[in-house]
Amino acid sequence: MFVNWGWHMTDKSLLVGAAAAIKIDNLDTDQIMPKQFLRGLDKSGLDKGLLWDLRYDELGQTRSNFILNQPEYSKVTVLIAGANFGCGSSREHAVWGLLQFGIQAVIAPSFGEIFYSNCMNNGLLSVMLPQALLDALMAEALQQTGPMTVEIDLEEMVVRSPASRSEFMLSDRHRAMFLDGTDMIESTFSHEVDIAVFSEIHWSKYPWLRDIASRTKERIDTL
Amino acid sequence: MTAPRTLYRKLLDSHTVTRLDDQNILLFCDLHLMNEYTSPQAFSGLLDRKRDVAMPGQNVATVSHIIPTDPVRHRIILDPASLQQAQRLKSNCKQQGIPLFDTNDELQGIEHIIAPEHGMIRPGMVAICGDSHTTTYGALGALGFGIGTSEVEHVLATQTLVYRTASDMRIRVDGQLPLWSTAKDLVLMIIGRIGAQGARGYVLEFCGSAINALSVEARFTLCNMAVEAGARGALIAPDAKAVDYVLQRATDIDGPQRESALEYWSTLYSDSDALFDCEHVFDASAVIPQVTWGTSPDQVIPITAAVPEAIGAQRESTEKALSYTKLSPGMVLEGVAVQHVFIGSCTNARIEDLRQVANIARGRKVSPGVRAMVVPGSGAVRQQAEDEGIARILLDAGFEWRKPGCSMCLAMNNDVLADGQRCASSTNRNFEGRQGRGAITHLMSPAMAAAAAIKGCITDVRQLGVAHD
Ligand code: SF4
Repeated sequence: MFVNWGWHMTDKSLLVGAAAAIKIDNLDTDQIMPKQFLRGLDKSGLDKGLLWDLRYDELGQTRSNFILNQPEYSKVTVLIAGANFGCGSSREHAVWGLLQFGIQAVIAPSFGEIFYSNCMNNGLLSVMLPQALLDALMAEALQQTGPMTVEIDLEEMVVRSPASRSEFMLSDRHRAMFLDGTDMIESTFSHEVDIAVFSEIHWSKYPWLRDIASRTKERIDTL
Repeated sequence: MTAPRTLYRKLLDSHTVTRLDDQNILLFCDLHLMNEYTSPQAFSGLLDRKRDVAMPGQNVATVSHIIPTDPVRHRIILDPASLQQAQRLKSNCKQQGIPLFDTNDELQGIEHIIAPEHGMIRPGMVAICGDSHTTTYGALGALGFGIGTSEVEHVLATQTLVYRTASDMRIRVDGQLPLWSTAKDLVLMIIGRIGAQGARGYVLEFCGSAINALSVEARFTLCNMAVEAGARGALIAPDAKAVDYVLQRATDIDGPQRESALEYWSTLYSDSDALFDCEHVFDASAVIPQVTWGTSPDQVIPITAAVPEAIGAQRESTEKALSYTKLSPGMVLEGVAVQHVFIGSCTNARIEDLRQVANIARGRKVSPGVRAMVVPGSGAVRQQAEDEGIARILLDAGFEWRKPGCSMCLAMNNDVLADGQRCASSTNRNFEGRQGRGAITHLMSPAMAAAAAIKGCITDVRQLGVAHD
């Protein structure tokens, strides 16, 4: 396997990455991006907060035994993770932080639902593998000294490691979003007329839902 | 004849602008709620591309996560970054004509508490928010779910979402909840049984005699916590109780509109032969007050049970959780000392929750060495609790009676626990570090948390000798 880490030069359909395995189930977004890093007005500076409590101890000292702190893992672009990765809070900061840290893909048996959507909306590739295949991949990565090279191939829809080849599923929509970097809002704008027509019909059927927020606030403010 | 549909499918059908592909629809969103920390980047995104908010009147915002809860008349946010978030929310809302419950608005509160309490949540609607506990609104037969900031931007720009449809799960609960076993205990037990991912990929519908018997506020608790099982939504078909709750608050629905609303709401149930992809059945009469022992809401046991052994597939996660919570397999939680008690959050900070707490606190004292905080869910709840004499009872017993906000549910303001402190908490997440770095959270009902405050340790509220109201 050749090693040219990062997205393949010509397009994003092949990622050759250095992978680190973090064998923790239910790694929630509170842990991926703790609350003290949610105070910003923009998306910047979140690489610093990524997995903070795993990377640093209570005195702010680097935990040298944590995988992402080991020098040979400093350039990893792929995480191999446990079940229900990114569960919990909806904070998209978790995804922004992963990307800013250099992570381009996460491979896990399952993801928190909102996190999964957030990944897709930001071009962070989330690859779901059946538990048994994931376990094998995880074991292989943990046996290595140093990061394991993995290839995520969006043409063949497979993840390859030195010892394995696993197919995975990604909806056509998500695959296209990922490869083309679709601006979702722009593509929804193409339905602008549909939305306008829909809303008028909707409110004629359910008039109590029209301007529900502004009307309610006005009503209670005048009480 | 139309094919039988679940309530969830009915809600989707009435909100589908267009079908995008076999998995995704363009979903119209009736109400979008925002807070100060998951919205600024969305507004900036709009600004960058010179886009406007499509339908400002369908959006509302509140300052709730970063706000200090000290009981002062005029609240001042001292943390500069948090202050900026509050100010930015205000200017964004002003610019775009979006109503806001601002820092010192008397009705300010946690988003999932203020929206229903003012009649903004109505059966049959779709309500979304950049916050995972938006599932709360299912208690009134509204489809609610959390979204990320990119989606917040999408809703602001279009009032719609690209929505991947979920599968249907039904959870039937029959039987009667025993005294002191609450909706919180029921939902913790369910999460414990089906697991933190047990409802992942599903919108679930609660039904059965035990659900019918729950008050609307208890149903909020139930649907709120459904997300801790991974659910993408949680629904309860609206009944007379739910409709009364809404009509009492949504006073704008009157005259002929009321008739058509009632008629429409009466169609909001799953058809008898509708198919669910998955079903679970539970017995409410078997629910014992629950307490979490670990760092995930599904790591939970009845107060009478022992902490599980670290064995089988759960061995590693159990060991990891126990080392964080400083507990060991086989021990009971009764008697484990707590330094802190927190009663609050969108799960359990409504008036009925506070009445239960007052019932336990009346004539008793918070144990020396315990700091016990009560943070009402909204300005309206706080006012009502003061009018009912609840605040007085709590203060006399030595509880702190604070201003509304999320507070120690996620500890993003200055209400943070110190390393190693153990907290009996009426909140929804016992994740590592959630209430402060190294702090240990035990989730339980407000009554159980109040009992812990009195005894100074985790305890069985049923043994306290309090008459149940
Ligand atoms: S109370 Fe807790 S769970 Fe609810 S909205 Fe606030 S932080 Fe989120």
